[in-house]
Amino acid sequence: MVKFALPRNSKVTGGKTWPKPEGATETREFKVYRWNPDDDNNPSVDTFYVDVNECGPRVLDGLIWIKDHIDPTLTFRRSCREGVCGSCAMNINGQNTLACTKSMHDIAADAVKINPLPHQPVVKDLVPDLTNFYAQYASIEPWLKTTTPTPQKEWRQSREEREKLDGLYECILCACCSTSCPSYWWNSDRFLGPAALLQAARWVSDSRDEATGERLDYLEDPFRLYRCHTILNCTKACPKNLNPSEAIAMLKLKLVERQV
Amino acid sequence: MQPLSGPKSMRTPLGRVRNLGASHTGTKDFWRQRVTAVAMILLIVPMVVVMMILLGRNQAGAAQILGSPPIAIIMLLFVVASIWHMKIGMQVIIEDYVHDEKTKLASIMANNFFSVTLALAAAYAIFKLSSGV
Repeated sequence: MVKFALPRNSKVTGGKTWPKPEGATETREFKVYRWNPDDDNNPSVDTFYVDVNECGPRVLDGLIWIKDHIDPTLTFRRSCREGVCGSCAMNINGQNTLACTKSMHDIAADAVKINPLPHQPVVKDLVPDLTNFYAQYASIEPWLKTTTPTPQKEWRQSREEREKLDGLYECILCACCSTSCPSYWWNSDRFLGPAALLQAARWVSDSRDEATGERLDYLEDPFRLYRCHTILNCTKACPKNLNPSEAIAMLKLKLVERQV
Repeated sequence: MQPLSGPKSMRTPLGRVRNLGASHTGTKDFWRQRVTAVAMILLIVPMVVVMMILLGRNQAGAAQILGSPPIAIIMLLFVVASIWHMKIGMQVIIEDYVHDEKTKLASIMANNFFSVTLALAAAYAIFKLSSGV
């Protein structure tokens, strides 16, 4: 059943307020979710004050500043710091997005509130366990499948056919969409979620692929695909401005098309 | 997904995701839900008109109005479309929120029984009134 309350060991309790940096003339308050698997404590929300004149404008800059200057145990994923790798996806003031592309100055609230991506097991602090998410991606077999012998040069595609991949191939698998989807929260064991489905749509739309029917067969299931109820949180969350909801609608239309 | 409580499974993540495979169903219900939705959009105006005509009449008056074949057919079509739509919608809600397998099967069965009973009772009432028995 849907759970209306967090499990007892997931309830957020208290948290430490770290002192303001000495000599800082302008600070920004950061409220960051903390959880350490090595002790038996419940998660907490720590308050930090970031010297905005000492660090860059983005939320990730603030987190890195905290890690460098206040608490080196603060744990989060980051890599490219320019919206390409998808590592630093987290929930910032209620919205899943990338910490590296979100400016802390665009947040109207007093504090920058940071939580891990919702409804995933937490490894530590802001690091979610995305094992299931990646397995779902692997399950849609995201590679070109052909029976025709591989041509001498390359698999050819017209300009128009290539354009059908626009809006799909740009996905960086940051998991902002899937973890913002209530259907995914309730049924992530069976529903593939918007990210895996957008990737599935990318391969179904690829004119070079010869396994379109098999791909649709894999998706045709009340849970794998049809748990999508067009809630559109995925589209709102996507930091790359993609439209997973539209991609899922396309998959549903293709399934209707082949039987009606 | 690894259950947050209870015994840990040693199955691989991909094995868990693939699980029992695709059921290759769902598209028919998806399509029927849209067909019945469009049907209800088309039927709602005549349906409201019939309801307004029926307002304040006694059983003999209602029987007289429902005795008209087009009106009885509109009523029957609306009953079939709306209850079919309701049945599919309720099943979706059950699948969304009820995760215990036994409770889910029992709920879906109850939903089917309720919907068929309601549809037949409504159809029977319309037939009875329109045939004047």
